[in-house]
This record gives sequence, structure tokens and C-alpha cells, in this order.
Amino acid sequence: METSRSGIKPRMAVHKFASCDGCQLTFLNMGETLLQLADMVELVHFAEAGPVAPDAKVDIAFIEGSVTTEHDLERIRQIRSHSGFIVAFGACATAGGVQALRNFSDAREWLSEVYATPEYIDSLATSTPMSDHVKVDLEIWGCPPNRDQVLGAIRAWLYGTLPEQSQDKVCMECKRQHAVCVLVAKGMPCMGPVTQTGCGALCPCFGRGCYSCYGPAEALNSASLAGWFEGLGLLPEEITRQFRHVNNSAPEFRDAASNIIATDAGHGR
Amino acid sequence: MDRTLQSQDRYFLPRQSFQSLIDQLALQGFSCVGPTMWDGAIIFDRLDTVSQLPQGVSDRQAPGYYRLESGGDSRWFSWANGPQALKPYLFPSREVLWEGTVDENGGLSFKERLTEPEPLAVLGVRACDLAALAIHDAHFLKGPSPDAHYARRREQLFIVAVDCSHPASTCFCVSTGDGPAATRGYDIALAELDEGFIIDAGSDRGKLILDQLPLSEVNEEQLDQTRSELDAAIAGQTRALPEGPLNRILFDNLDHPRWDDVAQRCLACGNCTSVCPTCFCASENEVPSLDGLSSEHSREWSSCFTQGHSYISGHAIRPDTRTRYRQWLTHKLGSWIDQYGRSGCVGCGRCIAWCPVGIDLTEEVGAICRESGDE
Repeated sequence: METSRSGIKPRMAVHKFASCDGCQLTFLNMGETLLQLADMVELVHFAEAGPVAPDAKVDIAFIEGSVTTEHDLERIRQIRSHSGFIVAFGACATAGGVQALRNFSDAREWLSEVYATPEYIDSLATSTPMSDHVKVDLEIWGCPPNRDQVLGAIRAWLYGTLPEQSQDKVCMECKRQHAVCVLVAKGMPCMGPVTQTGCGALCPCFGRGCYSCYGPAEALNSASLAGWFEGLGLLPEEITRQFRHVNNSAPEFRDAASNIIATDAGHGR
Repeated sequence: MDRTLQSQDRYFLPRQSFQSLIDQLALQGFSCVGPTMWDGAIIFDRLDTVSQLPQGVSDRQAPGYYRLESGGDSRWFSWANGPQALKPYLFPSREVLWEGTVDENGGLSFKERLTEPEPLAVLGVRACDLAALAIHDAHFLKGPSPDAHYARRREQLFIVAVDCSHPASTCFCVSTGDGPAATRGYDIALAELDEGFIIDAGSDRGKLILDQLPLSEVNEEQLDQTRSELDAAIAGQTRALPEGPLNRILFDNLDHPRWDDVAQRCLACGNCTSVCPTCFCASENEVPSLDGLSSEHSREWSSCFTQGHSYISGHAIRPDTRTRYRQWLTHKLGSWIDQYGRSGCVGCGRCIAWCPVGIDLTEEVGAICRESGDE
């Protein structure tokens, strides 16, 4: 795989599924580094940047977006069959994205409310991550993932290893940045204590609570945090919304939200 | 010896002349940092003028709770510590230690990355943080391999301590024996009065600064005033660590049900260890360049609450919050004594106030001692 040994550049593709394209911008925003990357790999397919060859055989494929249509299902299976190493990157590809909120509702009802002629829309009732459908070799979480994660993954893959991925909570990074804790000093709900780092604690550094863009951290305690939010005066619906953000269908957050709803219903509200 | 009982070598610096202390530090080549209000907390930041000091600001702290209130008296130090200790100035949250490069023949070379820190004066250091500094000195500087990065910063550090007249409800430095008065480890120490400061030097460098200040004799009334304020600060502390051999008690109770109980509440977020002035755990990471020809070896603050902290040979030996919280408490209050000759807790209470779900270390260790019949 190492370019210097074989002399042949590995072939790379970047595919888009249901998404906002923001993760692909992680590549495009690399500036000069993107040129350096283009020296090391052959960018075979990356529609947003130019080259289009979706069916070409590649060594590594980055997948952005979630599966929301029958056509998506066919495409990802096809991509799996002609790609060596698959990286699902971003909240949509790893957890279904914000559009997975439809998983908790009647998707057809939403279609009729949003579109004037819903009969032209052909989509599945759910939005699901790539790993629900094909074997994914590496997941990079985040909305969007940062460039260091993406470059780190490519670098590690070129070495023939897997990248180191921190599952530390956002709080660890928040304190490394010397931000003042918004939960403690402002009583503001913040998802940092249950969210994995990667963003550099961006929102808390600007005095806002974490939205959990990078998804569930390991060894998380959603019930305890939800209980503390309740003590801050948040209503069950408001606490549920904290967990139902861009990573709403990540199993840990999906279950946390369900538990809050079930407990609330049990209280006869 | 309690310095506050001695009147010799103690002087009075009027409030209106306090700027001269900051100016003298600058003249001696120090960058000065001190307490400022930022984002709803007392944070140490660059300090050029007294107008940046938190005048009339007081704090309210409780488990998982911190708020500032303005509009008090003329004083600048009527508050207990905020989240930040001296720690970041000597042990930065992230720094590159060395880098490795590959030459054209494939050979490896390594280069240490040592910084050349500027002289730094920190104004407003409390007794608990002086005690924590002594612990960090023991950890980083003593032993066969002193940490060069820490040592260089430490040599450049000048400390202006201030007696703590306003401990928070979360403070318990009296029970750890570390406060509220600054008694050692400072260059200059202050005790604040309405009209100014009682000041003394704890080092030759401190004396040099004092010689340049417009000082006058301190009177008995002023000394009485600081003594009674310290007495009140001592009497006002309601939290305490249990007495007794915590090392033995904690390690005799590794299967105590309280560990499960606290794990139900603990978020394993690491906030307690990050704000702790004595916690020093770090992870070291390799950050290779994209071309694979160089790599930076950096260290950053880590915590016994992370998975990586106990990751060896393919798995984490402390996979859950119960074992991680237990590791923290048994080390901080127990095995630390074997390592450094004292407990790792200086009673600053930061871990209590800045725990997002308000877990109180004194309550947890108290429960283990009580329920095991050791107290």
C-alpha cells in the first residue's frame, strides 16, 4: 500500500449519500494539504472535487451520508464490492445523521407535510448508517469530522495500520482548552460529558453547550446526565431533544431518549 | 511556623499603591498573570493593571455549581479559587516533547523540543495551590529523571500568594492541613485588608521586589484583623476528609458497595482530574505528518477516567466507571501517600464544584469509612 515501495499510487474514492456535503468539505478545505494528498493517492472518484468514476475499483473509499433510498442500498453494496478499505465518515454515515429523526416518526406523514407532490419522493422509512448494510472497515464520527482525523486515517492506512481514535469525553478537551464549564458556571445543558471529543470542544469554548456532534463516548452515563438536566429545570421533552440531535440514532443516544420518554410516560404526564 | 503570627518582616502596602507591585514585577522582567473575570469565573490571565482584578467579586460554590456575584466591597481577593490552578503554567495541557524524522537513507533521528519560557509571576496564588505545587515539584523534579519541560518553567516562576479569607462551601483545606494561610513556597505573600495589604517576602527575589515598594510599618490592629479573618475562614469550612489511615481503609474496601453507588452517578468525564491541581496524568501520542517522513511526539492531559489510561496489551483493565472512580480515589487519597509521603488532596474542593453532576469526594470517602466501621 505504501506508495514509495510499490511506486503505484493507491486509488481513492469519495462517495456521497444522503447528507449535506459538509464532510466532503473536510477534504476540500484542506488547501495545500489536498495537493499533497493527491500526490500520494490517485483520486479516482470525488464528484464534488471533479473526477467522476463511481464504479471504478479503488483501494480506499470514503463514504459520506446515510442510506435513505433503495438506490442507496444498491449503491453501497456495489461500492463495497469494488472497494478495498471502506471508511464511513461523518454523523450520517456512522449513525444516520439528523435525517434519522424520521426513524422515530411516520416518515410518510412527514413527506406529505413537507412536499407538495410527495408521490414523486421514493425513499425508505428510515435513515441508517453504512454499517447496517455493509462491512465498514473504519468509522470516523463527527458532524463534520475534522481534517486531522481524516488525514490521520489516511496516514495510518498508508502505513497499513488503523488510526488512534480517542473516545475521551469532550470535557477532557474542554479542560485542555481552559474553557469554563457551561454546565457548572451557567447551568446550561451540555452534552460534553457523554460525547466523544474530536471537535476541540468548539461550542463550550464559545460559551455554548455541546450538541454532541461527535456521537456517544465510551463508558458514558446518559441516565446520570439526564437526571442532572432535570435538576436544572429541563422538561423531559427538552432532555430528549438533547439526545436526539445529529447522532439521534446512535444506539446509546437512541436508548437514552427512549428511556426518558418511557419514564415520563410512566409518571402519567 | 505560622507566618501570620509574626509581625517582624511584615509590612503594609496601601491599596492605592498596589499597582506598584505589578509594575515592579514587570520591571524585573516578569510577565504577570493574575485573577480576572472571564466567562463567569475567576480565571488567571495576563495582568497589567489593578483595574483588571475582580473588585468586589464573590463566588458561590456547591457540588456541581459555581457562580460569581459582583457589587461587593473594595477588595480584589474576596473569592475562593476558580477552576484553574497553577497547573497549566508548569504542566501545559498539550505540548510537543520531541520529534522524529526520516532522512533520505531511511535513517531515523530524534530531536527534543524544549521551550525557553519567559519569567512568569503569578499573583493571587492560594495556600492549597502552593501545597499542590510542592507535590508537583516532588513528582516532576525529584527522582532519577526530572522532567526538563517542567523544570524550565518552574525556574522562571515567581509566586505572589494571597491568604484565603473567603473559602467556598466546597473547600476543606483545613482538614488536609494546607490552608487557608500561605505559609511556605512563595516569593511574596499578601493578606488583604480593606485599606491595603500586609506583605512579606519568602525569598531573596521577593525581598528585592519589596525593597522597591512604598511600604510602611504594619500595626497591631491590622494584624489582629487578618488573624480574625483567617480564624473565620477556618471556622467556616464545613467539609473535611475523614481522619484515619485512608490508605489502609480504602484498600481494605475495594469491593465496597459505595463504588457501585458512585458509578451510577459518575459521568467518567475526567473534569475532576482536570481541575485537580495535583493530578498529573498525561497521554503521549504520535502525530505523524501526512508524507510519513516526520512525527511529533506530544503529551496532553489525560485522566484515570479515560479508557486509554488503563489500556494495555489490547484491552483496558479498568473498563467501567466503578473501577475508574475507585482508581482515582484510592490513588489520590491512598497510594499517593506511599509515593509522595502525603495525600494527593490539598482540599481545594475544585473536584466537587466542577463535577458536572456534583459528586463530592469528601462524601464518597466518608461513606466508605463510615460504612466499613473505620470512622
